[in-house]
Amino acid sequence: MGSRSSHAAVIPDGDSIRRETGFSQASLLRLHHRFRALDRNKKGYLSRMDLQQIGALAVNPLGDRIIESFFPDGSQRVDFPGFVRVLAHFRPVEDEDTETQDPKKPEPLNSRRNKLHYAFQLYDLDRDGKISRHEMLQVLRLMVGVQVTEEQLENIADRTVQEADEDGDGAVSFVEFTKSLEKMDVEQKMSIRILK
Amino acid sequence: MWGLGARGPDRGLLLALALGGLARAGGVEVEPGGAHGESGGFQVVTFEWAHVQDPYVIALWILVASLAKIGFHLSHKVTSVVPESALLIVLGLVLGGIVWAADHIASFTLTPTVFFFYLLPPIVLDAGYFMPNRLFFGNLGTILLYAVVGTVWNAATTGLSLYGVFLSGLMGDLQIGLLDFLLFGSLIAAVDPVAVLAVFEEVHVNEVLFIIVFGESLLNDAVTVVLYNVFESFVALGGDNVTGVDCVKGIVSFFVVSLGGTLVGVVFAFLLSLVTRFTKHVRIIEPGFVFIISYLSYLTSEMLSLSAILAITFCGICCQKYVKANISEQSATTVRYTMKMLASSAETIIFMFLGISAVNPFIWTWNTAFVLLTLVFISVYRAIGVVLQTWLLNRYRMVQLEPIDQVVLSYGGLRGAVAFALVVLLDGDKVKEKNLFVSTTIIVVFFTVIFQGLTIKPLVQWLKVKRSEHREPRLNEKLHGRAFDHILSAIEDISGQIGHNYLRDKWSHFDRKFLSRVLMRRSAQKSRDRILNVFHELNLKDAISYVAEGERRGSLAFIRSPSTDNVVNVDFTPRSSTVEASVSYLLRENVSAVCLDMQSLEQRRRSIRDAEDMVTHHTLQQYLYKPRQEYKHLYSRHELTPTEDEKQDREIFHRTMRKRLESFKSTKLGLNQNKKAAKLYKRERAQKRRNSSIPNGKLPMESPVQNFTIKEKDLELSDTEEPPNYDEMSGGIEFLASVTKDTASDSPAGDTGSDTPLTGRSSPRHGPPTAAAAAAAVPEKPQIPARLQRPRAPSPASPTPAPAQNSESAAPAPAEPPEGEPGAGPAPGAGPERRGLPSAHARSAAARRVHSRRSFQRPRARRRPALLKLASLPPSCHAPPHALEQEETPL
Repeated sequence: MGSRSSHAAVIPDGDSIRRETGFSQASLLRLHHRFRALDRNKKGYLSRMDLQQIGALAVNPLGDRIIESFFPDGSQRVDFPGFVRVLAHFRPVEDEDTETQDPKKPEPLNSRRNKLHYAFQLYDLDRDGKISRHEMLQVLRLMVGVQVTEEQLENIADRTVQEADEDGDGAVSFVEFTKSLEKMDVEQKMSIRILK
Repeated sequence: MWGLGARGPDRGLLLALALGGLARAGGVEVEPGGAHGESGGFQVVTFEWAHVQDPYVIALWILVASLAKIGFHLSHKVTSVVPESALLIVLGLVLGGIVWAADHIASFTLTPTVFFFYLLPPIVLDAGYFMPNRLFFGNLGTILLYAVVGTVWNAATTGLSLYGVFLSGLMGDLQIGLLDFLLFGSLIAAVDPVAVLAVFEEVHVNEVLFIIVFGESLLNDAVTVVLYNVFESFVALGGDNVTGVDCVKGIVSFFVVSLGGTLVGVVFAFLLSLVTRFTKHVRIIEPGFVFIISYLSYLTSEMLSLSAILAITFCGICCQKYVKANISEQSATTVRYTMKMLASSAETIIFMFLGISAVNPFIWTWNTAFVLLTLVFISVYRAIGVVLQTWLLNRYRMVQLEPIDQVVLSYGGLRGAVAFALVVLLDGDKVKEKNLFVSTTIIVVFFTVIFQGLTIKPLVQWLKVKRSEHREPRLNEKLHGRAFDHILSAIEDISGQIGHNYLRDKWSHFDRKFLSRVLMRRSAQKSRDRILNVFHELNLKDAISYVAEGERRGSLAFIRSPSTDNVVNVDFTPRSSTVEASVSYLLRENVSAVCLDMQSLEQRRRSIRDAEDMVTHHTLQQYLYKPRQEYKHLYSRHELTPTEDEKQDREIFHRTMRKRLESFKSTKLGLNQNKKAAKLYKRERAQKRRNSSIPNGKLPMESPVQNFTIKEKDLELSDTEEPPNYDEMSGGIEFLASVTKDTASDSPAGDTGSDTPLTGRSSPRHGPPTAAAAAAAVPEKPQIPARLQRPRAPSPASPTPAPAQNSESAAPAPAEPPEGEPGAGPAPGAGPERRGLPSAHARSAAARRVHSRRSFQRPRARRRPALLKLASLPPSCHAPPHALEQEETPL
């Protein structure tokens, strides 16, 4: 663990990353520090293995899916900007974010929509823009204890899809997903305080 | 010794009558001195009350308090609203009333001696020994600021303001000076560890907040002790005689008292750890050492007039790691239970006697202005102090303390028995208004414990949850909400922990290099490493490299060899000595601060639409894995870590490992062919869709290789020695069993990302490895091959179990043809009966699937025999049914 906080190394493209993700300088430094700590053999990028080493993720039912979300399109490595970009989804929504909304700028990563979209793509494995019943079932399997029978699970998956499915195609689109959660305080539930 | 013991025999007797309902006749017999020497002859039965009186009364009190606890918990409603401490105080008031009515003398009070020597140490030791160290040291700066500056601030402002009001004449005529007020301020200033814990345990606030309040209440003891001593001696000296030198001495004494107390604690912790290293042959008294040596640290620092609470706290904090590793599992359990029992009993007695002590008209001196103003001042200045300090802290803290946190911090500043004991300690001759102080303190304690204790829970909930509407969360919300919780905690783990810093690294390095070597048994060091490997570091890389190694060598046998089993074959059964205590915290190690999540703590209200819906919701509610924040308790005086969590962790852990291994294997296979495994996989999949008639897809050359491996594996594995006990093996088997999984999920998602057609068609390709692992699992126990055959034998005849068997454990059928071709021949162990099967299996995968779709019971029917036979694991280790079936389940 030779992580030295003292040599708070220069982050390449620090400014542009900050602009994109909205992180404060301090957070970015800290995350960079973390990034280097995770990067075991100083490769300059993270592999799946690096993230899988985090013990707590092994007992998180969605741990592996979240790890995968750092590696879009089957890539094998994630660099620091990519790493931060994913984490930026979890930055708390602040007042200034909504106030200084520049119509020209793309939506900030931590917007409600993007937070939901992040969750959505964890479900939508085949990236067809829909959570099929099968995909729902897979998530359920991950999240429910072993005591529940397969039959029950299928039943639950059916009901869950039906509940959200509005156009009757037997799958949940992102719009439907958003709609089913419109009453939920996603901004709060999907934010981490330390990621400012 | 026991101040609460009766002063005279008759009084004790009355108590006995009041409490235990002892036979009245007995009481009559035993007038003072009556039992002894009245008759010269030999008495067959003598009644010697005086002889047993003191311990008897003590035992009875403890019994009453404990029974009262049972009583409280009979009604869940009451205890969920009213904190136990408040109930106990009320009970104490009632009992005090009874005793008073019977006796008209307050016979039983909470005396400082009893409190400080016998009741407080177990509580503080418990707090220290189970202290979440990482969290504590991570927030040490904040805690210290609150404990030192905050307490001084509280003491000074409260004392001075009271003095100011006194000067204005509002309190009437009191024999009181500035120093008396400051003395009173200093004893009333300190937040009380007993009261805080009793209340906060029931209010589930986030861990950072909890540790701040908790830590503050423990560490402010040094400040309180010093302030109290300083002002008491100043009062004794008289205001005019206090010089600047005395003040400087006071400040110096603060550092001596606090640092000295800490040092004593650390020294004794070192001693304790060292002693427990050598208790291998005296296991039975191991737990005793923990208590005795910690208690000695308390007494020693008391003797040196240092901060005793700090001493025993730090003794607990520092020794926990080494002691837990050194002592045996049983001893660890004993220590945990005994400590909790002692602490919990002590707390119960303290609160009850606080109530009883209040029933004594002689101590009551009422002064409305003084009492009310004290209440107002301590609350207001606490709040102001918190806000000011937080403002300062937030400039440096990673995790900001939000306004809500500050409210809880201010409101959680409960005063308790420490203040009471200190005020009783005052010398009535020097402090003229001692009784006023005593009664005010009692009021303050009661007010904070009962009123604030009662209201803090609703307050916290109200602050956190803007309950706009009460409606039943829909299925989607429930499921996704829970998913969000998991996502959040995973992201927290990834984004790192707070206060991860240089110092901690250095310390852990020093610890590993020197301290652990000296203080830990060698075996413990090893097993600690092992646990670290699996749970903390999760050294998957090792595991994988072992598998890879196995492939290279063509054997998996070495995985089970004793020298390496610590990597792969991990015992997942709870192991309290090290695992239980440390795992939850080890797992926490990477954890950063957690957001308040009061919402999920709340019972989700439901109005049920129909019965089926209810079942669905219920199932989800009950069996959804709980996110970390919800189920990991930091510290609880009354509860031990529930085993449920570990079960859940184990379950998920198994699944994760299995899947990772699968995806690892599949990527490895892919990599053999092509670096761009994913693309290949996609193309392959597409092609398969188009042309399902090609049995082996695009990977013709893998099968022979794999087959060769199988053969080797079987050969090597079948003649290995007897497997060790199955509990130990379970991890390994699971691990191996995971190889048996049809690794259809080549997808980079590393998940069960395959769609159905893929599952069916890709199985030929993966057949060999599956078979290999099945075979690998076989020799775990020699009988298993035989058992495996049994369910298979009837397969051609009765289609229902046969496909089940097939797809579950081996799916060898389509793999047969290539297996035969290279002439490698099927593995000797599993060969013959597998050969017989192809015809049955080869019939049609599609038919199988159609069939299985129809039968609802199929999944259960087909997995049971397979799994049971596969490894004959203990039930707890069985793989989750659906997890195992994931890929096979057709849609």
